[in-house]
Amino acid sequence: MELSSQITTALARGDKKILLMTHLVLGYPSLDVNRRVIAQMVENGVDLIEMQIPFSEPMADGPVIVRANQEAIEKGITVRGCLDFAREITGAHGIPFLFMTYYNILFKFGVEKFFREAREIGIKGFIIPDLPPEEGEEFFALSEKYGIAPVLIFAPTSTPERMRELSGCSRGFIYCAARKGVTGRQTDFDEEFDAYMRRCRENTALPLAVGFGISRKEDVDYLTGKADIAVIGTKTINLVAEQGVEAVGPFIAGLR
Amino acid sequence: MNRPGYYGEWGGAFIPEVLYETFRALNAAFNRAKADPAFWQEYVSLMGTYSCRPTPLTHAENLSRHFGGAQIFIKREDLNHTGAHKANNVMGQGLLVKRMGKTRVIAETGAGQHGVATATMAAKFGFACTIYMGEEDVMRQRPNVFWMEKLGATVVPVTSGSKTLKDAINEAFRDWVTRMDDTHYVMGTVCGPHPFPEMVAWFQSIIGREAAKQIRDQFGGQPSRVYACVGGGSNAMGVFQGFLDDPKVELVGVEAGGKGLDSGMHASRLASRDGSAGVAQGYKTMFLQNSDGQMMDTHSVAAGLDYVGVSPILADLWRQGRVRFAAATDDEVMAALDLTMKKEGIIPALESAHAFVQAFKEAGELRRDEAIIINMSGRGDKDIFTIAHAFNDPSWKEFIRKKGIEYGA
Repeated sequence: MELSSQITTALARGDKKILLMTHLVLGYPSLDVNRRVIAQMVENGVDLIEMQIPFSEPMADGPVIVRANQEAIEKGITVRGCLDFAREITGAHGIPFLFMTYYNILFKFGVEKFFREAREIGIKGFIIPDLPPEEGEEFFALSEKYGIAPVLIFAPTSTPERMRELSGCSRGFIYCAARKGVTGRQTDFDEEFDAYMRRCRENTALPLAVGFGISRKEDVDYLTGKADIAVIGTKTINLVAEQGVEAVGPFIAGLR
Repeated sequence: MNRPGYYGEWGGAFIPEVLYETFRALNAAFNRAKADPAFWQEYVSLMGTYSCRPTPLTHAENLSRHFGGAQIFIKREDLNHTGAHKANNVMGQGLLVKRMGKTRVIAETGAGQHGVATATMAAKFGFACTIYMGEEDVMRQRPNVFWMEKLGATVVPVTSGSKTLKDAINEAFRDWVTRMDDTHYVMGTVCGPHPFPEMVAWFQSIIGREAAKQIRDQFGGQPSRVYACVGGGSNAMGVFQGFLDDPKVELVGVEAGGKGLDSGMHASRLASRDGSAGVAQGYKTMFLQNSDGQMMDTHSVAAGLDYVGVSPILADLWRQGRVRFAAATDDEVMAALDLTMKKEGIIPALESAHAFVQAFKEAGELRRDEAIIINMSGRGDKDIFTIAHAFNDPSWKEFIRKKGIEYGA
């Protein structure tokens, strides 16, 4: 099933008012920990997971994820290792998985080869923060061909006109960056944010995911009714580092 | 391919969405400035009164005689204010920032020359200023850190990645995506997303415009070859633009050969076999990266050349065969520096000395009635700690020891 219909079906069931998407950096602190964290996430009701393939220059990420990328690479994670791991994970769990990474990872691997393998693995979507539509001609053509959703990002600085343009290229859902800046800092949910969410809603028919600085039940509650998917990123990385893998399940269960 | 911001297959603008509007506005402001002759006039006038433009072209008679070949001319960007060609780009972008009405500038720096130039510009124009500098470069370029801070800038040591120039660029982008409303990122070289390569090349073209006229006036004809060191490539693009249209002038870019091209410890993207096409830091070019696309650690005695990528414009000129690329090792650089000081009383920066190395290798092959130009991108005073260390200078060591005692170390 395509990503967008998976999302709309999940929302239409009505038992969840908002979906949860979590994020993790592959190979950090290890693939074994990733495996156990993913199991905890799925068991506790996470609806989608984005797996970040590490890159040495993660320009759009904040300090925690930057360090995670760097350490994973230093410990020897490879793109091959990430793809093999993803194959195992999609085989073990029924929820949709996405790849998040930077464009050079696809470019060096061979963009079409990467799409082909991702489809075989059963990956549903790609989030590539440094690939704007202007540079993505080949990428978008291949995403049609291989049926993998290119998930584009809205920013608070995006004009309505730009949002419509992005929406035209995006599939599955739109990833709304809740604020300016990089990942990992708390977001202030205020009137300005509400106006931004209204602007997002008015300019796309796709479901809206909101990420950047979502770390507590209060944040998820606040987003319920405004967004379709809440994205938890940096928080679970910190949680695993501070309290271990076992802390992830209860944390996820307590978010909704 | 003729897309805007592309040079052959290289370049582009691989930017996060949050900066889309910022780049739209920057492109508009830059295009307006470029189309306005008064803007260039204002720029030239500023560089003539605040800095020492036009910088001289020096006939290095002793070196010419020493090698017994071509007449060696040195374009003296070391005599620019703040001691390097970096000021050209920075003052130009400063004028653009004024036009855009922004109040804060940020920059990355490797050797610290771009940081010092940006801090100077910020002081003159009244902008707030933050400089990102790899922790490793903070250590090896301490005098420039001192001056940036004294000029009123905040210097942020970058501890992620390889702690050098590329990491400083990432960190500057992370600042910019947070504060794009009041802040302009003064990219220091002809790299990064469009329009930076075009913009920086345009401001730096002042070097080539002057040099083309000076060599005609002083030598009476075109040079046979023009040499410039290439980190990101801004001084090279600057001087090359004065001669690009004349196919008889051979253009030579000299990259950092570090410990040697076979050692794996260098920063030669084009002269070595280790570079490959990639997309990072907002643009597509030849990078030093592994087969997964992860950027590698680079090495050079010269912090300003210690960078994984290279200008997309130069990558295109290289692919076309218009610019030839060579590499100079750390050891060759020290020897060329020593010779230039002794023969001409001129102290090139470690970066610039790379261009001298290749010119010295080739000067003897040419006739005495031919001329070559070496672009001396900056002065070497800033490198006193590195140079003194490399020369293993005993009296300098003694001085540092005494200072240490004085400060109670």
